[in-house]
Amino acid sequence: MSTVLEIRGLSCSLGGRPVLRSVSLSVAEGETVVLLGRSGSGKTTLLKAVLGLAPASGGEMLFQSRPASEWRPIELRRRMGYVVQDSGLFPHWTVERNIALPALLAGREPAAIAQRVRELLEAVSLEPDEFRGRYPRHLSGGQKQRVAIARALAADPPLLLLDEPFAALDPITRYDLQRQFLDLRRRLGKAALFVTHDVREALMMGTRIALLAGGVLDVLAAPAEFLEARTPEARAFLASLEETWRTDERPRL
Amino acid sequence: MNGRASEIAALTLEHLQLVALSVAIAAAIALPAAVLLSRRAAWRPWVVGFANLAQTIPSLALFGFLLPIPLIGGIGKRTAVVALALYALLPILRNTLVGILGVDPTVRELAVAMGMTGRQILWQVELPLAAPSILAGLRIATVATIGGATIAAAIGGGGLGVFIFRGIAMLDTSTVLAGAVPAALMALAADEGLEWMERRFSPR
Repeated sequence: MSTVLEIRGLSCSLGGRPVLRSVSLSVAEGETVVLLGRSGSGKTTLLKAVLGLAPASGGEMLFQSRPASEWRPIELRRRMGYVVQDSGLFPHWTVERNIALPALLAGREPAAIAQRVRELLEAVSLEPDEFRGRYPRHLSGGQKQRVAIARALAADPPLLLLDEPFAALDPITRYDLQRQFLDLRRRLGKAALFVTHDVREALMMGTRIALLAGGVLDVLAAPAEFLEARTPEARAFLASLEETWRTDERPRL
Repeated sequence: MNGRASEIAALTLEHLQLVALSVAIAAAIALPAAVLLSRRAAWRPWVVGFANLAQTIPSLALFGFLLPIPLIGGIGKRTAVVALALYALLPILRNTLVGILGVDPTVRELAVAMGMTGRQILWQVELPLAAPSILAGLRIATVATIGGATIAAAIGGGGLGVFIFRGIAMLDTSTVLAGAVPAALMALAADEGLEWMERRFSPR
């Protein structure tokens, strides 16, 4: 499996305050690296730095084996599918137009784009004829995130960047979308960087988990190894998980 | 009576031309200026301040100030159009700026993150989303200019104000109304028409 994204010693400061300190990690084809951390741990900044939206103060990044500095920012961004928590769908465009955008930017033929939109809506379990003409304000939270994922996949990018994509959903919808995302990953074999603060989600979605603490990469491990991690931050996250289990096991009165 | 009717028609048309030209010039200046200002926060107080100042000068006084200025001044339509355009500047400028700055930052960031160019973001995202606000600015400017243009007759600008000033001079209410009623109807029609467009461009 080839490496899609490689980050070496990346540092990032926002307003003079260091947010990321010498973070190194790589994402290979078919792999989902979960960035786990508390609020303010730097995980979203890391995604933004990959997109060139947060300026790096040190280190380097390779995308498809080419230094990021050699890419035109626009070309680089068009090769990444980006999903955020509150979907970020364009409110003045229909579902179809929203999903079509990355394909349009990539210069695809209109006929091919219409077909692509149809396939993508089916892939995220939305009936194409029912949904493609709707506006975002007429969609539920879960439907919006499905459309956002379809949009991120539209130009068939080698890398997906997901910033807490399911955090605002109710638990049942979230679980449904998580399973679907795993299924899509299996079928499409994309590389993905997935940001979350939910350790359960990290264990479920990640092929590897990168735990960030105060802008430093604290642990980088596969889920099974992560359960054995001994750093204080990893223990703190895992303790929250154990506590939940214990509560679940308590007999109901 | 027939002579009066054809004069009303002619002056209404002249009034309409005065308004259309003034608003068009104001929009041609204010729209690009607002786009520029949306990118240059430091310039905003200066430009908006100037437009504000132009707005606060009483219209009759503004016509008076412009009269002696070479090239744009003098008796006639040109001075009237310059003054009316200055008036129309502020509502268009301010509403366009507010509309663009009001675009959800998440949406804007998403547009950048998806690899849209600055020009694509402006034309495909910011301006369409700001359209209701821009149209509201055009509506306010147009309605105000229709009223303001009646004063243009004082400096030989023509339009429906000709009847109003003539009626005042002759102490003849019906002549005043021959100017005032078409002007009021024009303002109402512009208000309704542009409001309908605003609704059409509002997010569905």
